[in-house]
Amino acid sequence: MELYQLTAHELLDKIKNGEASAQNIADSLAKRIKDKDSKVKAYVRLSEHRTPNTEHRTNGIPVSIKDNICTEGYNTECCSKILAGFKPPYDATVIRKLKAAGMAILPLKTNMDEFAFGSSTENSCFGPTHNPWDLECVPGGSSGGSAAAVAADEAIWALGSDTGGSIRQPAAFCGVVGMKPTYGRVSRYGLIAFASSLDQIGPLTKDVRDCALLMNMICGYEPKDATCVNAVVPDYTQALANDIKGIKIGIPKEYFIEGIEPEVKKIIEEAIAKLKDLGAEAKPVSLPHTRYAVPVYYIIATAEASSNLARFDGVQYGWRSKEKAQNLIEMYKNTRGEAFGEEAKRRILLGTFALSHGYYDAYYLRALKVRTLIKEDFDRAFGECDCIVTPTSPTAAFKIGEKTDDPLKMYLSDIYTISVNLAGIPGISVPCGFTKKGLPVGLQVLAKPFAEETLFKVAHTYEQNTEWHKVKAKI
Amino acid sequence: MEYEAVIGLEVHLHLETKSKAFCGCATEFGKDANAQVCPVCLGFPGSLPVLNKIALDYAIKVALALNCQVQEYTRFDRKHYYYPDLPKNYQISQYDLPLSRNGFLDIDIDGKTKRIGITRAHLEEDAGKLIHKENTTLVDFNRAGIPLLEIVSDPDINSPQEAYAYLTSLKSLIEYLDVSDCDMEKGSLRCDANISLRPKGAKELGTKAELKNMNSFKAVRDALAFEIRRQTEILDAGEKIIQETRLWDEKSQETFSMRSKEEAKDYRYFPEPDLPPFMIKEEKIAEIQDTIGELPKEKMQRFIKDYGLSQYDAKILVGNKSDAAYAETCLRGYPQKDKKAVANWLVGPIAAIASDNAVSISGLGILPKDVLELIAFVENGKISHLAGKSVLAEMAKTHKSPAQIISAQNLVQISDEASLEEDVNLVIQENPKVVQDYKTGKESSIMFLVGQVMKKTQGKANPKVVQEILKRILKDSSL
Repeated sequence: MELYQLTAHELLDKIKNGEASAQNIADSLAKRIKDKDSKVKAYVRLSEHRTPNTEHRTNGIPVSIKDNICTEGYNTECCSKILAGFKPPYDATVIRKLKAAGMAILPLKTNMDEFAFGSSTENSCFGPTHNPWDLECVPGGSSGGSAAAVAADEAIWALGSDTGGSIRQPAAFCGVVGMKPTYGRVSRYGLIAFASSLDQIGPLTKDVRDCALLMNMICGYEPKDATCVNAVVPDYTQALANDIKGIKIGIPKEYFIEGIEPEVKKIIEEAIAKLKDLGAEAKPVSLPHTRYAVPVYYIIATAEASSNLARFDGVQYGWRSKEKAQNLIEMYKNTRGEAFGEEAKRRILLGTFALSHGYYDAYYLRALKVRTLIKEDFDRAFGECDCIVTPTSPTAAFKIGEKTDDPLKMYLSDIYTISVNLAGIPGISVPCGFTKKGLPVGLQVLAKPFAEETLFKVAHTYEQNTEWHKVKAKI
Repeated sequence: MEYEAVIGLEVHLHLETKSKAFCGCATEFGKDANAQVCPVCLGFPGSLPVLNKIALDYAIKVALALNCQVQEYTRFDRKHYYYPDLPKNYQISQYDLPLSRNGFLDIDIDGKTKRIGITRAHLEEDAGKLIHKENTTLVDFNRAGIPLLEIVSDPDINSPQEAYAYLTSLKSLIEYLDVSDCDMEKGSLRCDANISLRPKGAKELGTKAELKNMNSFKAVRDALAFEIRRQTEILDAGEKIIQETRLWDEKSQETFSMRSKEEAKDYRYFPEPDLPPFMIKEEKIAEIQDTIGELPKEKMQRFIKDYGLSQYDAKILVGNKSDAAYAETCLRGYPQKDKKAVANWLVGPIAAIASDNAVSISGLGILPKDVLELIAFVENGKISHLAGKSVLAEMAKTHKSPAQIISAQNLVQISDEASLEEDVNLVIQENPKVVQDYKTGKESSIMFLVGQVMKKTQGKANPKVVQEILKRILKDSSL
């Protein structure tokens, strides 16, 4: 068995036992990336690094980082032309924490939809990542690069970001574990913002134990982020039980009506049956405002995005148009016109409209109010159950190019993950089967705020009693 | 047609906190360009703002001093516009839930008190500074992120003079709070004005012009006066006022329209998602109220009551916090009950020398005990009042005590009759005609003779004594 095939906890044991060194691991990973990334394209700007991070100064496992998390001295470009060449002068808090915990940071960043705008990683200015399970399919998005890298053993473990499902959905499409922590659990300082009230950084890993280990390192209060909550971080590995007897799982009826592919529905139902076999009690719950989640999200998220992206103007950093501009406004227009991709422009336009005079009340303000109703749906449901179980996505991975001509179709594929960000609650996706075509399907488990331990308990128990996590993609 | 001017003033006050509003950068004035910056105030991708609590405290303090209602629930909003000195292309400000509203400031105008309403006072961050060179523009972000308090007055001001009085009263009040040095030259206080005219007695407001680029209180007054003339001309000609922003040009003493811009800028305000809303509790407000201490108006009343000063003198002395403390030390140290003499010296000769040296009276470096010593010497007759003034000038220059200066310069007033008689007799001999005038009934001629004796004694003679000697001798003599 090659080192790159192992999980982080297995590698940490090997390091402890003296069977392998951090340098060995780095070298093994470098070889794998060289071998497979021309097919998967999980990483970006590969040609800028002759060999990734061969100088290993720590005793830790390398973590792969999504291109929107600031790493000091290494390019962080959100896979957008407008940040071409940007090297942050500081580390994001999560990076600082990983380094403090002894981990190494891979200077190669993983591919993503530009500024996290997307569900397929097709909106990257570097081109799409290919799903290791079927290279003609998308890996999901926007953290598609991180998910694909983990699935292809091109990463031991990785960080992504989740605003409307961008960790969980690619985790499902790539057959890996992905978690979005409770909003405020992980500091956003250093995460290049998409939607400030929805974004969270989270892990993508080969199994649930690795996810708990990474969460232990990245969670926690930090004064540089005023939205970060000052709450004690438990040792999540302690929650990795193998027992869910008596746990009440809620099945939201609104998530199983139309739109879900029959094959996916069947696989999810089998997963729920398995959970019942393991001792859980399933009961129906209702989240009546589910059908408003997508429109509410696309008003709030695009409004915040239009504001957060206003700073990209060619003045201080990143791309500045080389066209001769007659005045300042022209320079702004040329720069932003040339360097933002289509989806970025679309969202900026939508968001600007939603905030504009005369429309603010009807769109943004109203969306904020409905958001409260969506959150209250979950509050009520968690009064009746310990966790909620849903499909992560209505479909398995689709073909590259299949949904790109219809943005709305793309938006609707976020239906199961989006409410979670609106409510600020934590969610995890674990592999729970394969379609006939061999594409992975993910099971999503949700809990109330700061109840990640419940998620680990359920996910770990399910994982340890199934074999899905042992199946590897053949690239 | 007689018009009434309706004026509102918007003041941006730089709060003198040690670090910026939303990051830990230093706020010192005059540093090298871009020496006090960080990813947060530069708006770098991934950076996040965190509120400087002291900035909020200072803002509440000013709001309380302006009699505003401090709101229990307040939050920040993003105000969007594109400009190179605004790193994020939005400013963190406050829109519909500002931290305070509905206050007032009383001003003295033409001997009467007028109450100017304060609509609101809110907290926001400042932008950087643009430096225009020949073919380029440079940006210095040291100022970006510095906390500002925006104070908006109701349109209760009706003349340029009232505007001037409002600004000087505002500055005087805020200086007492030790939260800002309110210096327009240094840029820690900026003022924009809105002005419209309407027929006298009309209720509806006219179209307003917004005035910017005034760099002193005097410029505000002059710009408003110019606008009144300009708008009057237009209205008298039957034309309409264009709603626009106009810049004041100090050199030509006129306002000019900025390049034509769209009607109203849409700032697309929305609640700042990176900063949770704030609850300002009663205890916090009380705590800050306690730090305020005596404000100028109260101090003035107390000076009048406790020290018997005139309103005029009291008002001058409380205008500046450190001057008021200095004056109070002098007043308290003066042994007599009637402190008018002290007030006279402070408001008169001391203020004059301070003005010549472009400092305030407390900035001269003269110790209060030395002022009292000087006053005592003059009152005891040790030196003349005139000599006293030149001793004062010397005190300001060398910071020596009056006693040292008087002995060094040999200024002790000659009150000894015997030594003065000689000079008096000389003067009588030298001025027979004046003596004749005096003897034939022209009483005032004696002052000329006194003056001559003062001249002969280099001002050291005690004029009272000289006058008495002259009277005695001239009465007796049979010249």
